[in-house]
Amino acid sequence: MVKKGFTLLMLGGLGSILLKFVLDFKEKLALPEVSAHYVQNGPAELGAPNVVTSVVVTYRGLDTLGEVTILFAAAAVVGLLLHLNQNKVENRTEGSELLKTGSALLFPLIILFGTYVFLNGHLTPGGGFQGGAIIASALVLSILASPNRKIGHTALGILESLSGVSYVILGLAGALLTANGFLNNRILPLGEYGTLFSAGLIPVIYSIIGLKVGSELSSVVIGLKGESDEEAHQ
Amino acid sequence: MEFIFLVIAVFTVVTALLAVLTKDRTVSILAAGASGLFGSILFIIMAAPDVAMTEAAIGSGLTTFIFFFALKKIRSRDNG
Repeated sequence: MVKKGFTLLMLGGLGSILLKFVLDFKEKLALPEVSAHYVQNGPAELGAPNVVTSVVVTYRGLDTLGEVTILFAAAAVVGLLLHLNQNKVENRTEGSELLKTGSALLFPLIILFGTYVFLNGHLTPGGGFQGGAIIASALVLSILASPNRKIGHTALGILESLSGVSYVILGLAGALLTANGFLNNRILPLGEYGTLFSAGLIPVIYSIIGLKVGSELSSVVIGLKGESDEEAHQ
Repeated sequence: MEFIFLVIAVFTVVTALLAVLTKDRTVSILAAGASGLFGSILFIIMAAPDVAMTEAAIGSGLTTFIFFFALKKIRSRDNG
């Protein structure tokens, strides 16, 4: 009874706080000053048609580096916890013939689409995080189709670390080579507006983020599947 | 457009409520994934394709699978 009272009290308090926001809400008809600057000057300053990407990778590049770091820490902790708690892996039922054939056909296509999404992050919607998640979902599909197949995560770990390090190195290169500071995208030429090899460093950084996020999420999924068992079985 | 938006918004809320209220864990996970999928359609209608892609890939795709893996781990521990 007391517990229920506390819950209701908590809910009521939270509701009254949120109610204030709902009542005070007015639709903004004009962009705030900073956003207006990004929208008006972003394409000219950075050469990327997709304004979201230019904000994520360049204007707020440091935040993105922080995000990637958080993801890295989370994946590392998940890996550590699951590794400590290694259950014996039983034989799993294989996927049906339909699922196996379908995943064999779709796997390369999904990987290709994920690569397309992060390579074209500066031109079309999407980018490193989305592309990486799509690549990881291809891996989930292949795990569903053949759960007993072993997947080595040494290569994934190396890829993850390499892309993390090169992200920081590219950011530092911006700080050392130009006056504009850390993660400046103009250490490469801006190129022709709207083409694949344009917008300076943005496609390079987004590809790195794509590889990093893809390998990180994949190793989380592989870890959850409970198959890092070469040591466990010995 | 307004009508489609409202219908999908209602679906989002209903599947979210189902995810919280149902007793069956499998149904709950699937409903949470469906809620994320409807949410991502809402993002597309609101002209935010970048967010929609993230929501579809992570919110309704990977999270669902991770929940299922976790559920399986819990079950195998309960039994053994």
